[in-house]
Parts: sequence; structure tokens; C-alpha cells
Amino acid sequence: MRTILLIIQKELLQVFRNKAMLPLLTVIPVVQLILLSFAASNEVKDIALSVVDHDHSSYSRLLLQKMTASGYFKLQQYADHHDQAERSLQTDEVDMVLEIPNGFERDLLRQKTADLQLLVNAINGSKGGLAGAYAAQVIQNFNQEIIADVVPMIGTLPATPRLDIQYSNWYNPTLDYKTFMVPGILGTLVTIIVMILTAMNIVREKEIGTIEQLNVTPIKKYQFILGKLLPFLFIGLFDLAIGLVAGKLIFDIPMVGSLGLVFAFCVVNLIVVLGIGLLISTMADTQQQAMFVAWFFMMIFILMSGLFTPIESMPKWAQYFTYPNPIAHFVEVMRRVLLKGSTFADIQWQFAVMTVLAITFSSLAMLTYRKTT
Amino acid sequence: MKAITIDGISKKYGKTQALDQINLEVEEGALFGLIGPDGAGKTTLFRILTTLLLADTGQASVTGLDVVKDYKEIRKTIGYMPGRFSLYQDLTVEENLNFFATIFGTTIEENYDLVRDIYVQIEPFKNRRAGKLSGGMKQKLALSCALIHKPTVLFLDEPTTGVDVVSRQEFWEMLRKLKEKGITILVSTPYMDEASLCDRIALIQKGQLLSIDSPTNIIQQFSKPLYAVKTNLLHQLLGDLRTFPLTDTVFPFGEYLHLTTKQQLEEDQLTIFLQNKGHQKIQLHPTKATIEDCFMELMTN
Repeated sequence: MRTILLIIQKELLQVFRNKAMLPLLTVIPVVQLILLSFAASNEVKDIALSVVDHDHSSYSRLLLQKMTASGYFKLQQYADHHDQAERSLQTDEVDMVLEIPNGFERDLLRQKTADLQLLVNAINGSKGGLAGAYAAQVIQNFNQEIIADVVPMIGTLPATPRLDIQYSNWYNPTLDYKTFMVPGILGTLVTIIVMILTAMNIVREKEIGTIEQLNVTPIKKYQFILGKLLPFLFIGLFDLAIGLVAGKLIFDIPMVGSLGLVFAFCVVNLIVVLGIGLLISTMADTQQQAMFVAWFFMMIFILMSGLFTPIESMPKWAQYFTYPNPIAHFVEVMRRVLLKGSTFADIQWQFAVMTVLAITFSSLAMLTYRKTT
Repeated sequence: MKAITIDGISKKYGKTQALDQINLEVEEGALFGLIGPDGAGKTTLFRILTTLLLADTGQASVTGLDVVKDYKEIRKTIGYMPGRFSLYQDLTVEENLNFFATIFGTTIEENYDLVRDIYVQIEPFKNRRAGKLSGGMKQKLALSCALIHKPTVLFLDEPTTGVDVVSRQEFWEMLRKLKEKGITILVSTPYMDEASLCDRIALIQKGQLLSIDSPTNIIQQFSKPLYAVKTNLLHQLLGDLRTFPLTDTVFPFGEYLHLTTKQQLEEDQLTIFLQNKGHQKIQLHPTKATIEDCFMELMTN
């Protein structure tokens, strides 16, 4: 026990003595949290719109007015003809072209049907999709109003069944993306910091040669590994704490569920990450190797974590890959507990998976660490 | 009981034979030197004896404990100072010493007697980080750390490499004192002049032991006539001496060349030979062999 405490003391001493390290562990995560939470928005606003209005009628003007009033679109260009609008689309000046044909109002009144053309720049798939959907929504709305407007003029209208949808956004009533992103980003940051710190740790002792000196001492394997793991566990939990405080103060993120549960899950999550980090560190010979391997795993972990894109919309095979991904589970649990108030019973599955991973990686790290070559 | 016994140890790295059938015994309380050039296999042998490396074949034991079976016990009883400075550069002198003392379950106070002579020299800097110490002070700290748990056998791998002459002398003085306290010391060095400071030495070259004896015996066994030669054309001298019919070996030794001959030499004969080659200010006199001469001799055979 004394030996473990000694190693922990030594590790913490080294971390805090490193002048670059302290701000890296305290200030930088908060800065990243703030920066990323403001920047990593899924919302699509100010879609640059070009309109080619061949009709110049009151209806076409009404439609246009509805488009701009929706808040999603910004009328960038009022094109004279189709070619001009298409050029603007190609040169990226506008994101979407709405073409209103000649006789739009007339057809609508006489034949009760009219065509519109929408050209959407879908080079960014999700932005294009959303732009199209928003436009469709506005046009749908416009359509409903016209019916109400036209019915008195033409007398009767065959009664059409109509579904009116009322939205209620649970757990995030105002659909504030920050509410959703901050817990996820925080979980990712804590995981990454701890993973890098551990991955670089033992390999650093190898590079400086201190491992040689340690190996001829009667230190036991488990003492060494525990002494290495625990300081970084503390650092990870500390980062989670300051991140949550910053999230509350700056973004006012809801904290519906138990914070104790969040920290408890974080401990399990960090044990997994520490295991992976140590495994990398014991296998690598240089810090460079360790860095690249850690980076490789981190890229996969982050991009497949469900932080930005929902896991449910990944192909089935890719979804299986998220099972051993600690970030995916941590992001999920952070969101569920903080926003929805999930209890232990709700996140049992995540706890179970992470416990299995924690045992697997820690024992692998323990087995691969050798005091003899 | 011998402090160290090595019995037929071999080790290969890929195709390189690092150690080839090494047999060696070190008496308890001896100051034993392992002398050889870089790449001779000194560090490999040290790593095997300190249980950091497994030999391919052969057996070795330290204080009667087998390096493979009883490695845990060995780690408690030996002190090892690797060739490369291997302490925590970002911890202070005192923190390093304290760390290693605690790992071995002891305290600085408990064994202060043993390290006092060495540690007092670096104690004024005890709050300085190890990385900021000079080379000589680093060595002293490393030695203190290797000694703090009162080892029975001390392994020092090239402790004086890269250390200035004065510090080297001090270092050997410290080793002599430690030996008086009954600690067995196995020390390796590429410097031949340090060999004479050991009780016994083993010359090692390309993974093989060339000779194991006391320095005086090794020197006495040197049988060939040996001369020190110097002229005004030192550069050309080496080549010229090699063409001299009676020459056996020639190699530079400080400001002189050391020449061994196949038989006793008429000194005038060589002087005339050199004068004919255009040399002036010729100095030629018989000289006593040193360890280096013996080593060169053994190497060429």
C-alpha cells in the first residue's frame, strides 16, 4: 500500500511540476468545452436563397415572404432567369434556388395545382437535407393558408383529411443544441485527456530509462500499474468536475439526474480508458509510436461515438463497433443522466458493458507489462 | 559462497552473438572490473545478472540466488546503476533518493551511514532537480540511489563514461571505500586505466572473455618486448613502423606509439631504419606494459 501511495505521489509531483501540464489539464479542457460547444452546432440557419420569380404575382410574393420570415432562409439573390440562379448555385454564392414558374398563381386558382422547383446544394449532405426539409415545411404551410384563402372564392372544396402535428420536445424543450452537445463534448474531452496522459506515461519512463531502474526494484506489477492508474483517474474526475461547473455556469445545462451516478460511471469509463492507455504504453517503444496508436483509436472512438451523428443511423455493422467504444457509452450516459434524469436501472446495460471492458483492458495491460525483456 | 557465478551464459540478438559461453566467478567483497570496448557485451551481461534480461543458455547466480528462479529475491539484495542516467530528472535530488529508499522499504536515515560520504557532496543541491545536475553529480546521485537499500552486490555499468577526470578519480575512491564496507562491486568500463584500480578484472571482447586475473598478473603475463616510440613525423610513423621487419604490433598510446616486436630489438637498428625514412628527433625506449597493451595483445591473437 505504501509503495502504491509512493508511486501516486511521484506521478502527481511530476505532473504538477511540469509547467506545460497544469494548464493543459485545467484551463485547456474548459476552453475546449466552451469553444466546441459554441461551434459544434447542428443547426442550419441563414441558408442563402436565390429566387427566380417568373410569375410576379401576389401569391409568389407571399410565398417568398413566408420563406424569409421563417428565419431559416436569407434572400441572397433575386435572379432574373434560371441560368443566373444556377450559376450562383455552382459558384457557391447560394445554397438553394427556388424557381416559381410563370402562371403559378393562375394554375393554383384554376387547376388547384401548381409546380415549384427547388434546387438544393447537397455537397454537405446534412445541410442540404435540412434546407430541403425546411423549405418543404414552409411551402406546406403556405399551401394550407392558400386553401383557407381560396375556398371562399371557389365555393366548396372536397373535404380533405388533414393531419395537424403539434411538436413537444422532451428533455430539451427549446431544442437548444448546447444542452445536447455540452455533456457529450465534456465526456469526450475527459476521456481523451486521460487516454493520452496514460498512453504517454510508461513509454516515457522507457524513453528516459527510468523503467530500467524501477524494474530492478522489488516493486510488484500490480503496485506499479495501480500507482500509474490512480493519479490519472483523479485527474479525469477533476476535469469532469470543473467541466460540469463550467457547463452549468456558462451554458446552464440541465442536471436532472444524479451527479453521483455521472461520477460513478465516469470512474468505470476511466478505468477502461486507463487500461487502453496503459496497454498502448507498454507495447510501444517510443512516445511517438504511442501517440500515433492513441490518436488512431481516438479518431475512431470520437467519430463513432454518437457525439455528432446518432449511432442509430449508422449501418448495423458499424453499430456493433460502438459496443467496445468507451466514448460512445460515456456520451450516451452523460446525456441521459443529465438531461433526462436516468437512474442506475436505466443505464445498467452501459455499466455492464463498461465493467467487462474495464476488466478486459486492465488485465491485458497487467499481462503485457513485463519487468524482464 | 561466491558473490557472482556465471556458468556458460550465451545471448544472441538476432544474428549478433552478444555473449558467447561466458564463465566467471566473483569473490565476495571483491571490486571486480569488466573491461572492454563499446559493444563487447558488458551491458548485456549486466542486464542478465540484474534479472532484466533472460539468457539464451547457461546459468548465473548472484549471492547464491539463481537469476531466473529467484529473481524476486535478487532484486531486493542488489543495487544497479545503469549506464544511462536513469533517475527522474524532474524530481529533486532528495525526492529521488527518498523514492528509491521507500520502494525498497527503507528510509534515507536508516542507511545514511552507507551513502553519507557520497551524499554529502550533493546534499547542498538536494532541492535541485536531478536533470539540472552536472554529469559528475548525477553519477553521485545515481550511486546513492543504488546504495540506499544497503545492497550486498553492486552493479555499476560504465559509471564513469562521460565524466571528467577528477570526478572519475573521486568515483573510484568512493568505490574503494564501499569495498571496505564489504560490498561486492562489479563495475564495467571502457577505460583501460581504471582497470588497475580493481582487485580482479576480466577483459571482454565481442562477447567473449579474453582473460580473467588480477591486473598485476595480467600485466606480468605480457611477454613480448615493448617499446615506446616517438618522432617528429608522428603521423607517418605508424605506417613506417608497420613495414619494419621485426614489428609485431603497433598502436597509438597517448603521445607515443607502442611497438611490440617479434624478438628483442637492437635499438640502433630501428633508429637507423627510421632515419632512412626521414624521421628526426627519434625517441625510442623500452616501456612497461599496461592493461591496454595486454588488451590489444589479447585482441589481436
